[in-house]
Amino acid sequence: MKHRYLPVTEQDQADMLATVGAESIEDLFADIPAAVRYPGVLPMSGRLNEPALLKHMRGLADRNADFDRYASFLGAGLYDHHIPVVINHILSRSEFYTAYTPYQPEISQGELQAIFEFQSYICELTGMKVANASMYDGATALAEAAALASGATKRKQVVVSRAVHPEARDIVLTSAHGLGLEVIEVGFKDGVTDAEALAAAITDDTAAVLLQSPNFFGCIEDVRAIEPLVHAKKALLVLSVNPISLGLLESPGELGADIVVGDAQPLGIPASLGGPTCGFFAVTEPLMRRIPGRIVGQTVDQDGKRGFVLTLQAREQHIRREKATSNICSNQALLALCASVYMSTLGKAGMQEAALLNVRKSHYAADRITQSSLSLEFASPFFNEFVVKLPDGADLKNVNAKLLKAGYIGGYELGIPYPELKGRMLIAVTERRTKDEIDRFIGELEASV
Amino acid sequence: MKSEKALIFELSKPGRVAYSLPECDVPETDASALIPAGLLRSKSAELPEVYEVDIIRHYTELSRRNFGIDNGFYPLGSCTMKYNPKINEDVARFAGFAKIHPYQPEESIQGALEMLYTLQNDITALTGMDQVTLQPAAGAHGEWTGLMLIRAYHESRGEQRTKVIVPDSSHGTNPASATVAGYDTITIKSNERGMVDLDALRAVVGSDTAALMLTNPSTLGLFEEQIVEIAEIVHDAGGLLYYDGANSNAIMGITRPGDMGFDVVHLNLHKTMSTPHGGGGPGAGPVGVKSKLIPFLPKPIVGKRGDGTFYWDYDRPQSIGRVKAYYGNFGILVRAYTYIRTYGPDGLRRVSELAVLNANYMMHRLAPYYEVAYPGLCKHEFVLSGKKLKQYGVRTLDVAKRLLDFGYHPPTIYFPLNVEECIMIEPTETESKETLDSFIDTMIQIAKEAETTPELVINAPYTTVVKRLDEATAARKPVLNCTCG
Repeated sequence: MKHRYLPVTEQDQADMLATVGAESIEDLFADIPAAVRYPGVLPMSGRLNEPALLKHMRGLADRNADFDRYASFLGAGLYDHHIPVVINHILSRSEFYTAYTPYQPEISQGELQAIFEFQSYICELTGMKVANASMYDGATALAEAAALASGATKRKQVVVSRAVHPEARDIVLTSAHGLGLEVIEVGFKDGVTDAEALAAAITDDTAAVLLQSPNFFGCIEDVRAIEPLVHAKKALLVLSVNPISLGLLESPGELGADIVVGDAQPLGIPASLGGPTCGFFAVTEPLMRRIPGRIVGQTVDQDGKRGFVLTLQAREQHIRREKATSNICSNQALLALCASVYMSTLGKAGMQEAALLNVRKSHYAADRITQSSLSLEFASPFFNEFVVKLPDGADLKNVNAKLLKAGYIGGYELGIPYPELKGRMLIAVTERRTKDEIDRFIGELEASV
Repeated sequence: MKSEKALIFELSKPGRVAYSLPECDVPETDASALIPAGLLRSKSAELPEVYEVDIIRHYTELSRRNFGIDNGFYPLGSCTMKYNPKINEDVARFAGFAKIHPYQPEESIQGALEMLYTLQNDITALTGMDQVTLQPAAGAHGEWTGLMLIRAYHESRGEQRTKVIVPDSSHGTNPASATVAGYDTITIKSNERGMVDLDALRAVVGSDTAALMLTNPSTLGLFEEQIVEIAEIVHDAGGLLYYDGANSNAIMGITRPGDMGFDVVHLNLHKTMSTPHGGGGPGAGPVGVKSKLIPFLPKPIVGKRGDGTFYWDYDRPQSIGRVKAYYGNFGILVRAYTYIRTYGPDGLRRVSELAVLNANYMMHRLAPYYEVAYPGLCKHEFVLSGKKLKQYGVRTLDVAKRLLDFGYHPPTIYFPLNVEECIMIEPTETESKETLDSFIDTMIQIAKEAETTPELVINAPYTTVVKRLDEATAARKPVLNCTCG
C-alpha cells in the first residue's frame, strides 16, 4: 500500500529484507507465536483520504456548540477567556511541538529556557520559591500535593474543603486510596469553607489542608484566617488557585501557603472539552526536593555560557524507580509554553487589567441578577463566578436547553455534585462577555425559568 | 546563534504592552469597592513588559534553539518519534473541538461524544480488550489507573494482594506507578536472551501477586516468545497481567495484548498514534480492560443510546472514581482518532511491519561496528552496546553528543539498565531508507573516530548553541527561576 507518511518503496523493502537476510516481512515476525497472532483485519474505523477525512472531522466538529457561535457563561474550572492571536503562531512552531522531553540539553535550549521562564512566571505570580515544569492538570496537581504533604509530614490524613472543585476532590479520593491516606471533607458556609468545622477537623495526624480560592463557587476564601489553624497543627497548607485571579488577589506565598497548585487553562489554553490543559505546582524552599515532575535549572556550559538543564532528577521515576516522589513522566510541556506566552503577552499591566475586567464584568452581572426576579445564593466576595438561585422547582437541564436555543451556553448545575444546592446555577463572566450579552443572557435566564 | 539568549524578563521595558483586551463596557468601579481590600494583592507580580514583536522574536529564537522531528531524524528508543501529521494539528484546532466545554448540555457536544465513543471502540479492537477509558493523560497516568483497577478487582474479591512484579528492563514509571497505587515492587532479572526468566517468575509469584507489568515487545525490542506461559504462571497464581503499551508500534494488527493474555493495557497515543510530544507533553494514555474489570473503570465513559445519541455514562457504582478532570486530554484524542482514520486497520498493520523492517535493517547494518546486545530478530527497536569503544576512552554519552554535530537527535542511552553502555534505537516507520543509511554511515564514522581521534568524540558537540552543560552544579546549587532566586 502507498501512503503519504510511508517512504519505503517495493524496491526499498526488497533491498532491506536482503540486508536482513529475510525472505519476507512475515519472517520478521517469526518470533510471535501463532497462538497469539491476529488472523484477520481488525474491526476498526476505515481509512479516509485527506479531503474525505477533513470533511468527516469538520462534520463532527460542527455538531458541537462552540464559543465562537455561542456566548458562554459556563466556567466551573474552565473558562472562555480571550486567547491572544500570537499564541497559536508560537505553539505551531514545530521545533517546539514535535520535540520530546529535553533529554539532550545542547539541542533543547529553547524548550528548557521556555520552561525555566514558565517556572519563573509561576513563582512570581504565586509568590512561591520553586515551581515545576507542569502537571497533567490542576486537579491531579492537587492530588499530588496531598501525596507530597503526606510524605513530608509522615502523616496519613488530609482535610479537604467541600468548596474545592468536586472533580479535584474525586481525584484526591481515588489517589488517596492508592496511597493509604484518609480524606476528611469539611463543609462550607455562605460559599466559603466553614472555618469552625475546619478547625475542628485538623488534628495532629493532619498532613495537609486542601483549599481552593477562588473556590468552586467563585468565592474568595479568607486564607489569612485559616492559615494559623493549619500551621498550629504543623500541617501543610495547600492552596489551589486560578492564575488569572492572581493579577488582583493576594499571592498565596504572602498568605502562607506551603504548596500552591492550579490549572493554567485560563492562561491562553483552549477549553477543548477539558483537556489538554496544564497543571502548575509551586512550593516553599524546604519542599524543593520533594516536588514531583520535571524541573529545569540554570547552569553553565564548558565555556561558562549560561544554559539550562533538567535538574534534581534524583526525585524522578527514571532514576529512582519505585522510590521516586511521583510516577509522572510525560506532562503538559506544550501548554506550559502556552501559559508562558500568554503571561508574556499580558505582562505586568495586562494581568492586572484582565483580572480587573473579570471582576468588573462579573460583578455587573451579579448586580443585574439581584435587580432581576432571581437572586444570589451567597454574599461572600467573589472573583469572576457566582451562584444564582433559581425559583423553586426550576429544572436546570431544561433551562440550559432553552438558553442554548437562544445562543447561550448556560451555567453549571450545582445540584449534581451538591444535592443541597439543587436549583442553583454557577455562572462565570469573563472579560469576553459584553454588557449587551450579559443583559440579554439574564433576560433569557429569567424567561426560561 | 552562538550567543547567550536573553530571558523574556531581561527584555522588559516599563511602559510596553503586547496585549489588547476587550474594553470595559460596564461601570469602572475600583476593585477595592467590589472585593475587600484585605483580599487584594499587596505587591504586584513583576512580569515583563514587552511588545508583540519582542514576543514573536523571542519565542522564534527559542524555537530555533530546539530540535523536533520536523528538524531531523529522532531515533529515540521507546519513544516512537514518528512523524506528527499536520492534518491532526489542523483538525484539533477546529472551533468545534477546541472551544467546547465538557459541562455543556450533551445535546450540544454530540460530535465530540461520537468521536470519543468511536475511538473507545477502535482502541478496544486494536488492543483486543473489552472496554476502554480515555481519561488518563499520559502513559504513567495510564499505568497508575490500570493498577488501581487491578487493586479494585482484587479487593472486590476480598483479596489483599500487595506485590507488583516487573522485569529489570521495564520503564521506570512501572515501579513508580506501583508505589503510587500502594504496591510493593518485585524486580526480576531477565534471562541471557533478554526475556522474562520463567523460573525467576515462578519463584516470586504467589498469593500476594497483584500483577505482572510487562512491555511486549520489551524495551530491548524483543518479543516475549513465551508470553502464553508467562500469562499462565501469573493467572494460575491469581494475579493479573498489565501491558505497558509503550512499544505497541511493533504489533498493530499482528497480535493484540488481549490475545496474549493481558487483562489491562495502556497505549501511549503520543507514541503509537502520532500525536506530538510537545517537548514533554501533553500525551494521552487510554486504558483498556477485559470484561471482568469493566465495572471498575473510571467514570464517566462514553455510551451510545438506542436512538443513536451519545452520553456520559456516570452510572458506574463500582468505579475507582475519577483519575483526571473532565474527560482526559481530548485535543490529543482528536489527533489520535484523525491518525487512525488516515490509515484504517490494514494501514496500521503496514505501519508496524515497516517500523519492524526499519529497525531490523539498521540493526544488521550497525552490527559490525557496535555490539548488538541480543542478536536475532528485533521488533520496532533494538539495543546496542557501546562497550567496544571504551578501550579508546569513548563512552556512549560521547557518541550521543557527537551525533548532535551531524544534525541527529541521539538514540536513548543508558536505558534499559541491564545493558552496559546502552544505545537504544527506534527508527519508526516514517523514515526513509536514505535517512537510515545516512544515520548508519554517521554512526560508523563515529565508531572510527573513536578509534583514531577519540578526543574529537569526547569533546563533542561543536555545532550546538551551548557545549556540554554542568549538570552537577545545577543539581547541587539549584537556580530554578529568575524571579526569586
